[in-house]
Amino acid sequence: MTELIASLLAITLRAGTSLIYATIGEIYTERSGILNLGVEGMMLMSAVTSFATVYYTANLFLAILVAMLVGGTLAGIHAFLSVSMRANQVVSGLSITLFGSGMASFLGQRLGPQSNSGYLVGLVGSKFEPIAIPLFSNLPVIGAVFKQDILTYFVYLLLPLAWFYLYRTRNGLNLRAVGENPQTADAMGINVAKVRYIYTILGGMLVGIGGAHLSLSYAPGWTENITGGRGWIVIALVIFSMWNPARAVWGAILFGGINAVQFRLQASGTTIPASYLNMLPYLATISVLVVLTWWETLSKRVGAPSALAKSYMREEK
Amino acid sequence: MRIVFEKRKTLSRKAIFLVPLASFLISLLLTAMLLAIFNANPFITFAAMFKGAFGSWSNFTETLVKAIPLMLTGLGVLIAFRLKFWNIGAEGQLAFGGIAATWVALFWSPFLPSWMVLPAAIMIGMLAGAFWAGIPALLKVRLKVDEVLTTLMLNYVAILFAEHLYYGPWRDPKGFGFPGTPPFPEFAWLPRIAGRAHLGLIFALVLAVLIWFMFKRTRWGFELEVIGNNPSTAQTQGIKIAANIFMALLLAGALSGLAGVCEVTGISRRLQQGLTIGYGYTAIIVAWLAQLNPIAAIFVAVLIAALLVGGDQVQMMMKLPAAMGLVLQGMLLFPMLAGSLFTEYKLRIIRSKTAGPLSLARDN
Repeated sequence: MTELIASLLAITLRAGTSLIYATIGEIYTERSGILNLGVEGMMLMSAVTSFATVYYTANLFLAILVAMLVGGTLAGIHAFLSVSMRANQVVSGLSITLFGSGMASFLGQRLGPQSNSGYLVGLVGSKFEPIAIPLFSNLPVIGAVFKQDILTYFVYLLLPLAWFYLYRTRNGLNLRAVGENPQTADAMGINVAKVRYIYTILGGMLVGIGGAHLSLSYAPGWTENITGGRGWIVIALVIFSMWNPARAVWGAILFGGINAVQFRLQASGTTIPASYLNMLPYLATISVLVVLTWWETLSKRVGAPSALAKSYMREEK
Repeated sequence: MRIVFEKRKTLSRKAIFLVPLASFLISLLLTAMLLAIFNANPFITFAAMFKGAFGSWSNFTETLVKAIPLMLTGLGVLIAFRLKFWNIGAEGQLAFGGIAATWVALFWSPFLPSWMVLPAAIMIGMLAGAFWAGIPALLKVRLKVDEVLTTLMLNYVAILFAEHLYYGPWRDPKGFGFPGTPPFPEFAWLPRIAGRAHLGLIFALVLAVLIWFMFKRTRWGFELEVIGNNPSTAQTQGIKIAANIFMALLLAGALSGLAGVCEVTGISRRLQQGLTIGYGYTAIIVAWLAQLNPIAAIFVAVLIAALLVGGDQVQMMMKLPAAMGLVLQGMLLFPMLAGSLFTEYKLRIIRSKTAGPLSLARDN
């Protein structure tokens, strides 16, 4: 039994890391009042570009920088369209995803070496290796927590930091004000457009790290559609965490855990058809959404930033 | 001097026409730049695309083959979008319609006179699509559950369900392991009118006109417009918002379901891999480029279908990845989205000094 829990924990942590990065990124974006549905496309693009970087330079640090740059740039396009051009954020985000997934697949067939006729699929590059922390990694059951790669260790730091920044600093207060009530924030002298640009792009960079973790650690290498819909699960996780970075961990554990259970069931050769198991994360997302929304209306909790997905224009006051 | 945006009282008629046109040209330019980066001659590529889509009668009918599901799902999406219901689920509604039509075509023939099988398949398929859109619609109007996510998640569920059926219980025993159901009996085939283009084309054209008429000339259409544009007015006028949104979404789902029915009965004549190749997502682009106008959606669907068919040709001739089609669609949307600003706002440049130091200091 303890062995089972330990192995579930290990898989959960590995599968959850990229989800947590992307979820925290999207939480920051949405807190500023911008809904970015481009996460799936951004994750795919950063996964493919960071893997290509590692393949040619073997420099993991550079690969992460490239992923952040790519994620940030795509988020920047979204920010330009939704902040400066006041475009519909749902459609803008979707076009980022369309463009990103198409472009990622395109690059996956173009960035590879001549010897592989331009394809990245099937190539091996360096990857983030797990680093065991002496003593701790030998602990029973929770040992897996201390046998992770550096990106996962950084998550342990990022979670409290992201929470602290949002709720305990001046900048975090401004950010929340912009998402809740841009008119008031504007009157307080906060530059609404600037704040939205900054956190949309910052969010995109974190999403980029999430994408890079997939191709550099979780499933090293490049395969078509490496995200498998994770970008969309991230959107659900943001709601699941009720826009609080500290809660992102529970969502990621839940969904990472579903992955792990799926893995176990398939390994043990159950008779449940694989398609039904594959439906699990999506059905779980819907159920979680329903329960949460229902509970939220019951308790009248403030969840979503009030100005989410609404463009702000001073002249309309 | 500063530039301000002024909200227009009404949408600019000129801009409604010019913005899509300019967007299309800009997207061609962006794509040309991208092609040039990857050492493909943009002119040759575009010429090949055009020839691939319209170069011959058979190419043109293939363009229509792809345009039909885009028209039907596009209509479904635009009805929902007019109500500000962000239906991303056309893909799943299409899949579910296809599944239901397959069920009828394969298993109902012993119980029905053969002439009734196809109409029954169409009916049941449309009901199935409506059902699949009805779930998120009900969750939205009853519990306020976010529809973007529920419609999207249901896509994955429907697609996986279809996969399960043609890989598992419905798989053709004589199919040599090919993932697909047995072929439908001939009386369940949707008649073809030109090449592989089938009766679905007529359905789409008639429905587009009907939906246009509904929005422009009927009481229900008027109520839907009010709900979409100004929910609080709708409330004060006593329009039943929840019931109307729910009904409209059933209609939207039925249209996407019909697209699925037409695909399985008109093209593949069985349920097989390749039913869900993204028509439902492309439908969002169709609806948006058509500025949510049902008649315009027909033409936009043909244009986008031409890009897809042309893209396939380019892939074969110039060895460019098929994903180029997706990239192109994104490229088409970006300038369109940026341009939507100009239909709702107009630019004004203020030169006078009356703006004063206060507004200068507060300039964004």
